[in-house]
Amino acid sequence: MQAAVATVDQARQLGLLEEEYQKICEILGREPNFTELSVFSVMWSEHCSYKNSITWLKTLPREGSRMLAAAGEENAGLVDIGDGLACCFKIESHNHPSAIEPYQGAATGVGGINRDIFSMGARPIAQLNSLRFGNIDTDRTKWLVKGVVKGIGDYGNAFGIPTVGGEVYFDDCYEQNNLVNAMSVGIVPVGKQISAGAGPAGNPVYIFGSATGKDGIHGAAFASKDMSEDSISDLPSVQVGDPFWEKLILEASMELIETGAVVGMQDMGAAGITCSTSEMSAKTGVGMDVWLDKVPMRQADMKAWELLLSESQERMLVVIQKGMESVAEQVFQKWELTYEQIAVVTDTGRVRYFMNGVLEGDIPAESLVLGGGAPVYKREWETPSYFAEIEKFQLDAIADINPAEARVAALKLSAEPNIASKRWIYEQYDSMVGTVNQSTNVPSDAAVVAIKGTNRSLALTVDCNARYVFADPDKGCQIAVAEASRNIRVTGGVPTGVTNCLNFGNPYNKEVYYQFKHAIDGMGKACRKFDTPVTGGNVSFYNQSTSGNAVYPTPTIGMVGIIEKPEHRMSLHFKNAGDLIYLVGKTRNDLGSSQYLAKLKGVEYSPCPYFDLEEEYNVQMAVYNAITNGMLQSAHDISEGGLFIAALESAMAGKLGFDLCTESGLRLDAALFGESQSRVMVTVSPASQLALESHLQQAGVAYTHIGTVASAGVVVNGESWGNTDEFAHGYNTSIGNRMNQ
Amino acid sequence: MKCGVVIFPGSNCDRDLIEVLKDTTGSPVTELWHRDTDLQGCTHIFLPGGFSYGDYLRSGAIAKLSPVMQSVISHAANGGFVFGICNGFQILCESGLLPGALLRNTSMKFSSKNVFLKPGNLHTAVTEGMAAETVLKVPIAHGEGRYYADETTLAHLEQNGQVVFRYCSENGTLSDDANPNGSLNHIAGICNSGFNVFGMMPHPERCAMEYLHNTNGRAVFQAIVHSALTTV
Repeated sequence: MQAAVATVDQARQLGLLEEEYQKICEILGREPNFTELSVFSVMWSEHCSYKNSITWLKTLPREGSRMLAAAGEENAGLVDIGDGLACCFKIESHNHPSAIEPYQGAATGVGGINRDIFSMGARPIAQLNSLRFGNIDTDRTKWLVKGVVKGIGDYGNAFGIPTVGGEVYFDDCYEQNNLVNAMSVGIVPVGKQISAGAGPAGNPVYIFGSATGKDGIHGAAFASKDMSEDSISDLPSVQVGDPFWEKLILEASMELIETGAVVGMQDMGAAGITCSTSEMSAKTGVGMDVWLDKVPMRQADMKAWELLLSESQERMLVVIQKGMESVAEQVFQKWELTYEQIAVVTDTGRVRYFMNGVLEGDIPAESLVLGGGAPVYKREWETPSYFAEIEKFQLDAIADINPAEARVAALKLSAEPNIASKRWIYEQYDSMVGTVNQSTNVPSDAAVVAIKGTNRSLALTVDCNARYVFADPDKGCQIAVAEASRNIRVTGGVPTGVTNCLNFGNPYNKEVYYQFKHAIDGMGKACRKFDTPVTGGNVSFYNQSTSGNAVYPTPTIGMVGIIEKPEHRMSLHFKNAGDLIYLVGKTRNDLGSSQYLAKLKGVEYSPCPYFDLEEEYNVQMAVYNAITNGMLQSAHDISEGGLFIAALESAMAGKLGFDLCTESGLRLDAALFGESQSRVMVTVSPASQLALESHLQQAGVAYTHIGTVASAGVVVNGESWGNTDEFAHGYNTSIGNRMNQ
Repeated sequence: MKCGVVIFPGSNCDRDLIEVLKDTTGSPVTELWHRDTDLQGCTHIFLPGGFSYGDYLRSGAIAKLSPVMQSVISHAANGGFVFGICNGFQILCESGLLPGALLRNTSMKFSSKNVFLKPGNLHTAVTEGMAAETVLKVPIAHGEGRYYADETTLAHLEQNGQVVFRYCSENGTLSDDANPNGSLNHIAGICNSGFNVFGMMPHPERCAMEYLHNTNGRAVFQAIVHSALTTV
């Protein structure tokens, strides 16, 4: 054993607490050496151990009849989608790397999440992403947007999996610490999925893919500390991606699994060889002897701890059935991949790391992992002081607008970056490779992806209005889940499962911890109501600006739904002039946390919109049942920008216009631009009008006949506002124009 | 007619193309691995889209050196049918089987969206059966799709009817707005002077199945099947 003992000071430098150092000494029965301390520091980092979040994550609904893998136990979530198939999906953050090196940070985020999917034996079929940036007009934000979008595009396009959906918001709180959350969705036949286990002692363990270099060392630790002005010195912690290798690894992995030689597989993301060897060992209750000198290296002088902590991309660890080594090696050779047997499974329960015959580290595998010896903390929280600012908000202090002002506001709002078309961004992503994207030619609130070999489809969405969560973490997070579910329901799908990406500030900040704890509470309530268990995901703390202010609490919800029959599939565009427009749900005099208030009126602090889970559920089911009964021509959820923007989007997509009458008894601004929750705008042919009304009455939901689809004009309360095209211009060009300035 | 799809490491439209070819020809499709030189009796060779060998040097620049391409070049020299889509088109230009080159889009960005195409010559193996006023909605997805050739070459292409597709507006007019990448003469697809080697940047295989709600691309595959039947 390497003798030199590591000190408490070194532990602190690696991000460990003194109490954690003492715990390591207890576990080992001695003081750790530097290599061992490094291993503990990454495995017990926030990123790998979830030490400050797991207590609350365990309160989320994590069971359901469709779940095929226990939440958080495997590399990604797995749900049964019928026809003998399972859907494997997960969302993950790559915030900190993207904030200092946007191109590589975003690219490797895409690479990492896809490896999580195919390491389970599922071929990825679709990707989504959720992005947050600061003010689009600053040079820094433009640099970040260009880099992140090109990074996601270059990686995903070459890897060959379509990007089918996503969301992008611009708010000042993300100026220094932008968020990049990437989601991947794959399909695997039920029973063919691969576990991240190791099997019995004697099984050989291979590394394959790229060689290991010094890039990304301490990436997990970097993800687990505050962003600061010094963060640029962490640049070597950012990994470099190669989508071509990833594509080869995908194809090789799929072929390898077909041979039956695979016992278990895990990708190397955070904490590289350390994490994959210890987690796979702990999962099966075995150990591994790892010969680090056998790892294919990019440079000659790498030390044991560097090899253990490197986060070089495009690497996989696979445990092969003993005796099938040559079968596996043939596959690696066909795809011309670097590979080497670097370990063997043992029955010691310990991961033992050797370098040129010298034992460099000897640690019980269980002690390193979440659910094993990794520490678990419950931090203190206190009510955020900014809530007092929100309480001061009085709607009456904001003057309502007259019709002429409303038209101007509508033009401005439709060109607001948070509302305007994101085509400048999404057209840089290949959205059609793989021939599964059914939304290209028929738009809908959730992306629709064909499940090949069946006549059914997946409905996919990512959602989080973080401004709501900021105003009320519990309700706001309920709304995030509800909006995801609503997007799937109005597309004709049945919500099936959730993956979450929890982006928050520093958990040691009591106000941040309040946001986190209450957001999880809200998520739990909503996921139970919509019967969408949380299958897994990722927590990203320490997202904040250089001045120490946290980003908005941003618990991004990725949701998967199933469209059972092609005729259930609903689209958002208006179909025929003369169809009747109905608003399902109740509009309140509510401007709380709306884009109108924030962006046009400059109000930073206002309450979360009114929200009631029961009311939401009833609206969703009423619309869903109207869809499956064939009553509707279109359905579109009302979200940012309110009713007017929803109508405009449906009109633009259908190349039509609309004639709206706002409800009496409401402020004009709230009626047009308010973001009252639990509302869906639907259209119905005159022939089905009575059937729809009777259905909605029976369902017991509020509804209003608010207008008619027109051929090209926009009419509001009897006044002509011009043509759809006039509004479409700002909507379609705003982001591109700003990016090119 | 026996179709073969070449698979390079980094190809990513191979599966999509195979699915559509199976569907439109009603026959099995042979997969041709980049290291093989035996075309296994295939009469129709297809080069799919993707990023062959990562395309880190220049799109198609490495693929042209692969063993399989030496056989494809011989197949073309003997009058055999070869069709490259997107990266396949880039490889054909790099290999010298088609004239000209595909440069970075004028926007300098990757571009993935539906565009509109019209046939430039109605009497080729990929446009047969189309009408002069035919407009097809077909997706593109490329960063290097700006067709370029010197003036003499371009004049030859035009005179000989070797421009098979041009970008156009939804109603069939040619304009800079409807040209997604800055291609000279709005060129989206061309063929060689022997009319047996074809290349196009847009992806007809991405709009050939009912479940995708756009089957405009099917006309291209139907033309290939039809001309194979009439020439044999």
